[in-house]
Amino acid sequence: MSPVTARQEALPLDAPLVLGNPSFSDLSQDVGGITEKKAPVQWYLLTGFFASLAAIFVGVVGYLFWEGIGIWGLNVPVAWGWAIVNFVWWVGIGHAGTLISAILFLFRQRWRTAINRFAEAMTIFAVICALLFPMIHVGRVWVVYWTLPFPNQMTMWPNFRSPLLWDVFAVSTYFTVSLLFWYVGLVPDLATLRDRAKTKARKIALGIFSLGWRGSNKQWKHYERAYLILAGLATPLVLSVHSVVSFDFAVSQLPGWHTTIFPPYFVAGAIFSGFAMVMTLAIVARKIYHLEHIITLNHLDVMNKIMLATSLMVGYAYSCEFFVSWYSGNAYEQFAFINRATGPYAWAYWIMISCNVIIPQLLWSQKIRRSIPIMFIITIFINIGMWFERFVIVVTSLANDFLPSSWDYYTPTIFDVLTYVGTFGVFFTLFLIFLRFLPMVAISEVKGVLPQAHPHTHGHGGAGHAKAGHETVVGGEA
Amino acid sequence: MSSSTATAMQASSDAAPVTRDALVLAEFADVDALLAAAEKVRDAGYKKFDCHSPFPVHGLDAAMGEKQSPLGWIVGMMAMLGGGGALLLQWWTSAVDYPLVISGKPLFSFPAFVPIIFELTVLLSAFGAVFGMLALNKLPRLYHPIFNSDRFTAATDGGFFVSIEAEDPKFEVEQVKQFLAAAGATHVEVVKEEMS
Repeated sequence: MSPVTARQEALPLDAPLVLGNPSFSDLSQDVGGITEKKAPVQWYLLTGFFASLAAIFVGVVGYLFWEGIGIWGLNVPVAWGWAIVNFVWWVGIGHAGTLISAILFLFRQRWRTAINRFAEAMTIFAVICALLFPMIHVGRVWVVYWTLPFPNQMTMWPNFRSPLLWDVFAVSTYFTVSLLFWYVGLVPDLATLRDRAKTKARKIALGIFSLGWRGSNKQWKHYERAYLILAGLATPLVLSVHSVVSFDFAVSQLPGWHTTIFPPYFVAGAIFSGFAMVMTLAIVARKIYHLEHIITLNHLDVMNKIMLATSLMVGYAYSCEFFVSWYSGNAYEQFAFINRATGPYAWAYWIMISCNVIIPQLLWSQKIRRSIPIMFIITIFINIGMWFERFVIVVTSLANDFLPSSWDYYTPTIFDVLTYVGTFGVFFTLFLIFLRFLPMVAISEVKGVLPQAHPHTHGHGGAGHAKAGHETVVGGEA
Repeated sequence: MSSSTATAMQASSDAAPVTRDALVLAEFADVDALLAAAEKVRDAGYKKFDCHSPFPVHGLDAAMGEKQSPLGWIVGMMAMLGGGGALLLQWWTSAVDYPLVISGKPLFSFPAFVPIIFELTVLLSAFGAVFGMLALNKLPRLYHPIFNSDRFTAATDGGFFVSIEAEDPKFEVEQVKQFLAAAGATHVEVVKEEMS
């Protein structure tokens, strides 16, 4: 038992959450100040670069609307190519943001305050990129609103028994709720920026968006309740979204898709890839904006552990799929999986296995978990590996289904590639605008986890006090 | 309105604006002082008072004698509206208005309707949580006399305040000022607002 206790004591969670013992005002300055002074030169370079990619996206999609989805590499067995791969990949990335903001909130993981704003912003921009793909994939984008149930002159209604329609509801609900959650979290911080504002334009803009927040306890009371309820709602929501995405596959009859493991497997994969993307972004942003004392090495260490855990879950799912296909005794299922590992797309399969299962095992070593260059490279590998996971799922099952006479090999065209690259432009441009104009760390929440935010003379004292955080209810005489 | 006030208001258009006391604002050094002061204000029987802090201070609800937020009830009602509405929508469109047999499934296929029932329950609950919270907080409200205080900008930075409003039945400026100073305030000021 004693080694376990010793290790628990060495857990980074017991280390101070914010380094350097800053005051409340220091935090307003450290985070709020970034939005007030001139952006660093790297910001202009990166924004210029990614805005150009976003322009490419606009151009390619414009051509797509003009010409039709024939410009992509889709063929008859493989009617879902990169567009759906990218859709699933981007939605998955979004999931880490909700996990950090909602699930870790419910589990009272106070270290989340350093990264939740950041991760929620990532969620919103990733879901925007994800939503773009099914919309442009329908081909006739001008009738995409037909997926919504509204009375119309055709006297038709959408088919509510189709998983594709569930997806419309799941992803759009997810986007709306994430946006609301993010904005609610932003209101007190926007009020902080409003009260720091020097110019009239900033005062007016921030005054409007902070809704007249006064930080009064009668407001905080309803606010905290709303935040708790939103976290409680977002938690099953985030689990449902990727489950519903997986239904797009699992509800079909195709070998390799028609399996009950898909919902949990997709959710684990989503969290895995999302954490990798949060890390990729956070490692760069904390460096450029000198936030190493707020997003500390301990935070990165904990996130590395979550990545390791989800990597094992994903690895388990890969092997479980193989086992079940063998155990089913179904020749088509068995073929689908052997074909994945040894068939025409074996290269993609082994990229997936290497990036998602083998390379993350390095994270067992604490040295690597605390080495920024190595973890950065690992997160890039995971981002790539998770893209290939979706590629393997979507393409191998479609390309080689029941009848060999209908098989075909799928190759993307330049327009597939440019559309995907273009969404990076959209994503990073939005993200850089967020970094420039909004507080990238939840200021009021980080203030709440500082040691001096907890009352001392009232209520409990004693041994448990130092660790008592949010959960301590210090009730006067009540 | 008495004639003297009317004259005063007329004069105000070309002289200094007529103001009245809106609230007394007291600043406190830290969380502990704020909690202690909140208890004293509560015990003294003031009703229209509030505490202001840059982050939610735990234990302050009890110290102020605040009841729990009723937001959960609003969200619960919205949840039932969302879930029930989704069920009705799917039943009516799939089984009544546009009955179409698809892959041999029954027209009213409850299992297939569950995902959207769930999604709309969450969606409407989230609307209830956010807009209900704003309504309970009477936000957006861009003007409040408390913003007339120059010190109050610290309330979103690192300052802790107690405000007692002039509407409080027990409000009497000098008495409130002395009371808050005695409660440990580091600074007490009377915040005024223009008469409308």
